[in-house]
Amino acid sequence: MDEGKGSAEAGQESSSRIATKDLTLNMGPQHPATHGVLRLVLDLDGETIVKCTPYVGYLHRGVEKLAENRNYMQILPLTDRLDYIASMSNNLGYCIAVEKLFGIEVPERTEYIRTIVGEMSRIANHLLWLATHALDVGAMTVFLYCFREREAILDLFERLCGARLTVSYPRIGGLKNDVDPQWLKDLYAFTDEFPSRVEQYETLINKNRIWLRRTKGIGVISAEEAINWGLSGPTLRGSGVPYDVRKVTSYGVYDKVKWEVCTCKNGDVYDRYRVRMDEFHQSNSIIRQCIDQIPEGPIMADAPKFTLPAKDKVLNDMEHLIHHFVLITKGPQTAPEGELYVPTEVPKGELGFYFVSDGTGKPYRMRIRSPSFVHISALPRLCEGELIADIIANIGSIDIVLGECDR
Amino acid sequence: MEPMEIAERLKEKFLDEIIQVTQFRDQVFVSVKPDRITEMCRYLHDDPEIYMDFLADLCGADYPERRQRFEVVYNLYSIRHGHRIILKAGVSENDPAIDSVVPVWSGANWHEREACDMYGIVFNGHPDLRRILMPEDWEGYPLRKDYPLTGPVGSEYKGYEELKELHTHDSEWNIQA
Repeated sequence: MDEGKGSAEAGQESSSRIATKDLTLNMGPQHPATHGVLRLVLDLDGETIVKCTPYVGYLHRGVEKLAENRNYMQILPLTDRLDYIASMSNNLGYCIAVEKLFGIEVPERTEYIRTIVGEMSRIANHLLWLATHALDVGAMTVFLYCFREREAILDLFERLCGARLTVSYPRIGGLKNDVDPQWLKDLYAFTDEFPSRVEQYETLINKNRIWLRRTKGIGVISAEEAINWGLSGPTLRGSGVPYDVRKVTSYGVYDKVKWEVCTCKNGDVYDRYRVRMDEFHQSNSIIRQCIDQIPEGPIMADAPKFTLPAKDKVLNDMEHLIHHFVLITKGPQTAPEGELYVPTEVPKGELGFYFVSDGTGKPYRMRIRSPSFVHISALPRLCEGELIADIIANIGSIDIVLGECDR
Repeated sequence: MEPMEIAERLKEKFLDEIIQVTQFRDQVFVSVKPDRITEMCRYLHDDPEIYMDFLADLCGADYPERRQRFEVVYNLYSIRHGHRIILKAGVSENDPAIDSVVPVWSGANWHEREACDMYGIVFNGHPDLRRILMPEDWEGYPLRKDYPLTGPVGSEYKGYEELKELHTHDSEWNIQA
């Protein structure tokens, strides 16, 4: 571990003749295996963790406060910076929530493209998760292999919207731009190749004795307890709960393609790994089906008070020009009064946006329910009573990003 | 079960506690009094037909013009039945206290700490009520509406001034730019 603040706690006489002392160890906030600026204070009895206290907030930027002072269009880039590993999913979660609040229906082509990029973002996120999780546990090669495919996806994002990490590609009511046929072809070629690449990763670690010993039976949490802690996403499904927001609330075109919710039953680090590996194949298949089915059509909804009008209309029609001008300079001026909670399934779990709208162009209250925040709160439950090395495996298995936790 | 039906059941059981039931875009919001919140949550969690096993979210909100200035929002979801209901309990500014629901859902722990950190709402019976996102010695509650967006007056970022001061020593220490 990085720095041992060896403040010895009160001495403890064990049953044997050797007197032992509890040791308090500080891990983080600057530590490569905590996946960001997470600080853990561990009370140790030998190698066993007696108590684990996480400290978060090092990356707190006050996104919720900022959002109350921005209009709905200006908040979109802030959502990129929540979970920067999968910013596309965060953008989508935000846009879908705002559209539901405004009562906007997006065109079908947009729904397809959104589903495609959302699943690409899921693959990119799980690749980074696998790379770093395996690296933490001691498998270096997997890291390099995963980044090869992640690069391919980020390159596709770059061609699509010009950005690799903080994409801001979806817009309220649609998308920034349409996809071109060549891009879809290249993505299809990627999905041809990808399942064999997943097999490659699996041959590297699936039968690796060190990997199995470090993940099986570690950080076990039962289904009831996982639900009670509010865990979501693959972390919850690893305990055998088939809860996936994509299935229970229909958004995108998840109801028009064939796919399954992946679950395992033991609820340990290995099963959470298994769930994400299976999701690679599901996401890949969803992308392929979407490319096969994608219809032609517009990409922006027709809601001139909230969405930007098409450029050719702006240049030829006075009314559209006015809408464009007002939206760009002042943002949306009205919103339906009311409150609403809209969840979406991001790679890490359930990302929810809770809006209170008072009828102005700015949200009165915007609450972000981030999966990482909830997952870290359950970390002490997962690792108390286990060995100190297992903390690393546990942090990896709950897939956290501190930007999203601290908001 | 339809969310309105759950609200009706809740009304039958806790008639005096329910203030108002509202609906917006197929979601149902129930405003309740804060006094018996744990009991209500326990009922919603345990009743086999309602069975709200998943606390999707818990957060605070601030309405300075209301008599009950703060609001605690409980977003309950049932994974078994797939229905959602949102409870809202108002607490006053003078005594912003409400019972903790950690005994019902362990996951409420950090959400309540955050509501306390951001709004100063006190959760009675919480096992470990400390600031979570802000530093422990921070003064004020950032998400309150009367808290300035750029932080308290006089706390503007002074990084550049500090840097300048730092670099006055460069020549003494033989550091070349």
